[in-house]
Amino acid sequence: MPVRRKESRNKLAESYTIGHENEEHGHPALQHHFENMEQQREASTLGMWVFLVTEIMFFGGMFLAYTLYRSKYPEAFASASNHLDLKLGAINTVVLILSSFTMAMAVYSTQIGKRRNQIISLVLTLLLGITFLGIKAVEYHQKYVDHLIPGRLIPLRPFDASGVHLLPGAAKQNVEMFYWIYFAMTGMHAVHMIIGIGLISVILFLSWRGRYGPEYHNPVEVSGLYWHFVDIVWIFLFPLLYLLGRHLEH
Amino acid sequence: MSEHIVPVRVYLAIFAALMLGTAITIWAGLQDFPGPLNVIIALTIAVIKATLVVLYFMHVRYSSRLIWVIFASALFWMGILFALTLSDYWTRSWFSL
Repeated sequence: MPVRRKESRNKLAESYTIGHENEEHGHPALQHHFENMEQQREASTLGMWVFLVTEIMFFGGMFLAYTLYRSKYPEAFASASNHLDLKLGAINTVVLILSSFTMAMAVYSTQIGKRRNQIISLVLTLLLGITFLGIKAVEYHQKYVDHLIPGRLIPLRPFDASGVHLLPGAAKQNVEMFYWIYFAMTGMHAVHMIIGIGLISVILFLSWRGRYGPEYHNPVEVSGLYWHFVDIVWIFLFPLLYLLGRHLEH
Repeated sequence: MSEHIVPVRVYLAIFAALMLGTAITIWAGLQDFPGPLNVIIALTIAVIKATLVVLYFMHVRYSSRLIWVIFASALFWMGILFALTLSDYWTRSWFSL
């Protein structure tokens, strides 16, 4: 049907320039290449999940490195882990799970159109994320003071495991490998937290401008997916890094 | 497929379960269980916590089959990553090469 095709092309060109605003059922946020809001929402959720799959593989590689070296040097890993601050690690776990809950509440409040709760939840999520990073910074500083930054990353302050209490069977030279893995994994996790805080700041700003509501909230939702993913990584990191040798210390 | 709005009480229940899981993890980490039981308990609780987050906070329980397949593919490929690498490293000592 050549005539109709031309017509629809004109219509497409029109919708491309002025968007869906003037169409009968279109929401202003509906992109021209989607049929409706439902399809757009499904597509963005799917896209975020595909990205999270790549993230799972990315962190998976580091968890594999951890598994290999821990099985190779179990006593050295336990000794090095016992030097970490369990209390701060536990507080951070609670902070992050709480932030996941407030993020879930932000998505929920957006879905039911409670804008005030939406903004409060996002602010709380943001503050909890910053708290996590603050506590992480305190922990990193303790490691700096104890000469436990691996290698020669800090000029004139090379790694020195003398301060770590060695369990029976632990070789001093293998303690450093735990700290390489600890800093790589918690460091990458912290980078993800910083990106997440950036994302939520943007979402918060746009929420404050009233951009999101029951009909249109996929940006809030997919940012939430990302935030929960970062929380899941920590759920595994906490017992694997902080709690692997406590039972051996008496 | 229209979207499912998860009620607040479900979010609260999941949050409470995650907190309980964290408490059990810390308690179990301080007990001296025989053999490799410590790491098994720690990982089991972590997997349960992660599953709760994925199913409820990330809405996978209410999502389309496509999302399930995408998520399962990540676990599948991670399984390959671990299985092939560890089957190499953990069997090297079997032979005196």
